[in-house]
Amino acid sequence: MTVTHTPNGFNLNDAGRRVIVDPVTRIEGHMRCEVNIDEDNIIRNAISSGTMWRGLEVILKGRDPRDAWAFVQRICGVCTGTHALTSVRAVEDALKIKIPENANSIRNLMQLSLQVQDHLVHFYHLHALDWVNPVNALKADPVATSALQQSISPHNPKSSPGYFRDTQNRLKKFVESGQLGPFKNGYWTNPAYLLPPEADLMAVTHYLEALDFQKDIMKIRTVFGGKDPHPNWLVGGVPCAINIDGVGANGAINMERLNLVSSIIDRTIDFIDQVYIPDLLAIAGFYKGWMYGGGISGQSLLSYGDIPDKANDYSPSNLLMPRGAIINGDLTKVHEVDLTDPEQIKEFIPHSWYKYPDESLGLHPWDGVTEPNYKLGPNTKGDRTHIKELDEAAKYSWIKAPRWRGHAMEVGPLARYVIGYAQGNKEITEQINFVLKTLDVPVTALFSTLGRTAARGLEAQWAAGKMRYFMDKMVANIKSGDLATANVAKWDPETWPNSVKGVGFTEAPRGALGHWLKIENTKIANYQCVVPTTWNGSPRDEQGNIGAFEAALMNTKVERPEEPVEILRTLHSFDPCLACSTHIISPDGTELTQVKVR
Amino acid sequence: MNILLLGIGNVLWADEGFGVRVIERLQKSYRFPDQVKVMDGGTQGVYLVEHVQAAEVLIVFDAIDYGLPPGTLKRIENDDVPNFLGAKKMSLHQTGFQEVLAMAQMLGSYPQHLLLIGVQPEELDDYGGSLRPIVKAQIQPAIDMAIDYLQVFGIKAEAINRDGDLADPVLNIQRYEQERPTADAACRIGDDRVLQVEGFELRPPQSSDERTVQVDVDYRGKY
Repeated sequence: MTVTHTPNGFNLNDAGRRVIVDPVTRIEGHMRCEVNIDEDNIIRNAISSGTMWRGLEVILKGRDPRDAWAFVQRICGVCTGTHALTSVRAVEDALKIKIPENANSIRNLMQLSLQVQDHLVHFYHLHALDWVNPVNALKADPVATSALQQSISPHNPKSSPGYFRDTQNRLKKFVESGQLGPFKNGYWTNPAYLLPPEADLMAVTHYLEALDFQKDIMKIRTVFGGKDPHPNWLVGGVPCAINIDGVGANGAINMERLNLVSSIIDRTIDFIDQVYIPDLLAIAGFYKGWMYGGGISGQSLLSYGDIPDKANDYSPSNLLMPRGAIINGDLTKVHEVDLTDPEQIKEFIPHSWYKYPDESLGLHPWDGVTEPNYKLGPNTKGDRTHIKELDEAAKYSWIKAPRWRGHAMEVGPLARYVIGYAQGNKEITEQINFVLKTLDVPVTALFSTLGRTAARGLEAQWAAGKMRYFMDKMVANIKSGDLATANVAKWDPETWPNSVKGVGFTEAPRGALGHWLKIENTKIANYQCVVPTTWNGSPRDEQGNIGAFEAALMNTKVERPEEPVEILRTLHSFDPCLACSTHIISPDGTELTQVKVR
Repeated sequence: MNILLLGIGNVLWADEGFGVRVIERLQKSYRFPDQVKVMDGGTQGVYLVEHVQAAEVLIVFDAIDYGLPPGTLKRIENDDVPNFLGAKKMSLHQTGFQEVLAMAQMLGSYPQHLLLIGVQPEELDDYGGSLRPIVKAQIQPAIDMAIDYLQVFGIKAEAINRDGDLADPVLNIQRYEQERPTADAACRIGDDRVLQVEGFELRPPQSSDERTVQVDVDYRGKY
């Protein structure tokens, strides 16, 4: 048994029983989590491990930098466009390429549409089942469900008892045929589920509605990216031309296409206002006594910012999505963030399966090294191909530990919202105050699992509004006669210097994303991505600071250790996506998630 | 009648790219009537639901672990498809695609005819690598199998030769293979697990002496 006090303020005690969840499901990628619980089932030690190796840097070396976006877009099935955008921005930064205003608006529209769609799908299809019990929905009274719906969202037209009865019957059919589909084998008898049957039925109904709706949002990226999945991107702008008088669904962007986008934006705003936000508040109302999962969100938060209002200006005042860092819980000071400063962002690996020349030091991503070194500590239980228990005193994850000026940071919607709030961003402050007032909770309630989930919903609402803004802005610009969408002056590699470096950043739905690259003799010499889940899912660093996932699990009570819904709830609230933070190692015959209690 | 030919998989992981490479060849070498959509689905999950919903006939190309010798081509039809996709966890997207089928079903529109044409992969652990020859050789047979199946529905494919390849030209299989830097240049070195070259081998599920509770909050397994 060891008791450790971490520099970032947590008391770790590994005396109690170990609970292992591997893989953590309903996420993209492979992740393992181990915790120790004490005699009262409270988590006293937490370990988050990425169980795949990331090989992205390795495959990009030697490639044409203008092609990098197409590769990074294929890393993962979720953040495709965000990676592509980050990549073209990195190359443009290196080669000092300026993009036209229309290209900036179109990129923002694509990025914002991804934010909205990803947040919606995350809430209803990945995270809701941590709070909503579909089996319980079978017991609901459709008339009472209808009354509940009308009370929380008076303008939602789909609220009749018959509408909810239909969903209930459909659900019943699924359950009776033994085909629970996505609802199979949850912990549906666990006392951690608190909603009354009517709220469960309402949420399950919207699960299906959201599934149907999200596909419309995607059409925005089909219009501007030429196709979806895998829209096209271009270093220097966007690969679509504008011909406002043209006709048809193919070829240049015309008025017909713009009108389609515009109508989708209107419907998106309605869906979020009438369905997503009311559901979020209703569900949160039943769970506001469950205030676990804050972790380091009350102390250390980071956002690179995104959504440049004017093209080519990446300074904080021009970024509509907030940029900055908060440390030591001091909300009165938002620090400036500089991605090019070698003293700010560094990746450490004493607890990661990589090799550095000197492992006591961190490396800035421009000087990053990705050389695997799979070595287990002496207290590991099991063997190299079947680990029963990790030894967290040694290397234990394929994720590196990025730190901002030495601090472990949380990134994502909650980070962006708290930073915006601390900066006095008017829109964000109004949204947050509305939620706090509606739920009658203090501002400190934000620093929780539920706060993370709420910030994501508010951000979806914000992003939908900004889609309208950029749509109108672009149309006005086009009407003024500016039709440019790409700058190809530096397309030819002969125009490039021999050796340059650049950094591109975005705020992916799940947090700050940066790509750092070096170009030598027109080819990629080094490419490092620090992705959101690298920040949130990081293991311990050389000082012993635990990462955001680990911290958020600490001191949570787990009602039934063999049904760790509380662990999943908190991990899911980060919307973890590990496909790009790590890379799969070997096929595995295990079919089901194993929860082991020792 | 709407028909969707869908390739799924990740082109960056050697044989995992089979489905997408079949689509690339289809786009290059065949022309279909308008009601046939030929789509590179990559590793997209939920985002593919609408395309699946819209299809009355769905043909999926993928790398599947059947536990057969590498390069074996095998077809699975209709109700067996979701079970098969979820039978073994082999890649990121397979669980995702089984979920896509379940969601389409819950939304009340599901393809009436479903055919999965899968190849047994030889190598997956070569990030940035291309199809192994034995798997690449099955692209054409997989296409022939699909064209044969489509005849039942009165659909004929016309052989053509188009210059453009996959709609992502930079991932065109020739460029993808030719421009791959050497292992030395790309620093493709690693530990013994990364360098495993015995080919694709499934580890048998490990038995565990501890008390184990199986929970499946994901969408794997039969349903």
